[in-house]
Amino acid sequence: MVKAVSEFLLLDVILLFLLVVTSVSVFLLRNLFAATMVLSLYSLLMSVVWLNLDAADVALTEAAVGAGIATVLLIGALVVVGAEERRHPRLHRPALVLVGLTTAALVYGTFDMPRFGDPLAPAQTHVAPEYISQTVEKLHASEPAARGGDYGQHGDDYFHGHVPNLVTSVIVNYRAYDTLFEVAVIFTAGVSLILLVGRRKSERRGAA
Amino acid sequence: MSAHGALLVAGGTVLLAIALVLVRALLGPTVYDRILAVNALGTKTVILVAILSFTSGRPEFLDVALLYTLINFVVTIAILKYKEIGRLG
Repeated sequence: MVKAVSEFLLLDVILLFLLVVTSVSVFLLRNLFAATMVLSLYSLLMSVVWLNLDAADVALTEAAVGAGIATVLLIGALVVVGAEERRHPRLHRPALVLVGLTTAALVYGTFDMPRFGDPLAPAQTHVAPEYISQTVEKLHASEPAARGGDYGQHGDDYFHGHVPNLVTSVIVNYRAYDTLFEVAVIFTAGVSLILLVGRRKSERRGAA
Repeated sequence: MSAHGALLVAGGTVLLAIALVLVRALLGPTVYDRILAVNALGTKTVILVAILSFTSGRPEFLDVALLYTLINFVVTIAILKYKEIGRLG
């Protein structure tokens, strides 16, 4: 079993090395068409990494969105802007400083996070036990009261105990939070997009 | 050689092929080198996913490989269409 783990780890190391090579070369390539091609390769390799991590659903999404739709969209952008990058040697210093500060703040924020797999992390001591108790222990109690279960006693968590799979139970029961923050992310992206490209023609003078 | 060992050797070979194709995609002097590299790497990814699914004992991951094949086809068609007529529509 230990041997099997090391094989998958080896595959991960090789794939991540190839990912670093591709992502760095996307920055270095001056031909935008070539950069799009390499970005498509990046998504394909990344989806294998996800699959290697047993995240088949993420791998499917990465392949469909990253390698499929994103590549076609980028080619659509190439139709508009052309395949050769215009040289912009000028360095925008305020933007550089802002990005640097944001990066520093984000890196500083990671110092507060618990170590990976730490059994004493808040997620392990507070959240996970609650989920497990809601799902596993009430499985027997999930029978309706008419059939002898004590299902009626849990007024506040109507759905709990209906799903034998722990992950499915959490995903189904807390779907609303998931959707709420997804909507927030999509809303933010939409507003940013409107601010960036949705300006009227008269205001667009001087924009690249 | 056991079946598992054979799969390992096959996986290593495919990874080597992926590295070579990646070199071609990065250096490739003409556009068609890169298009061919993307298409070939898609195929190699499909093989790698198939090997991975059998090595880890979950042949149902083959569905993912099927999806990759379809996406690879769509992307190649889109790229070639862009190259031929200069737009996607």
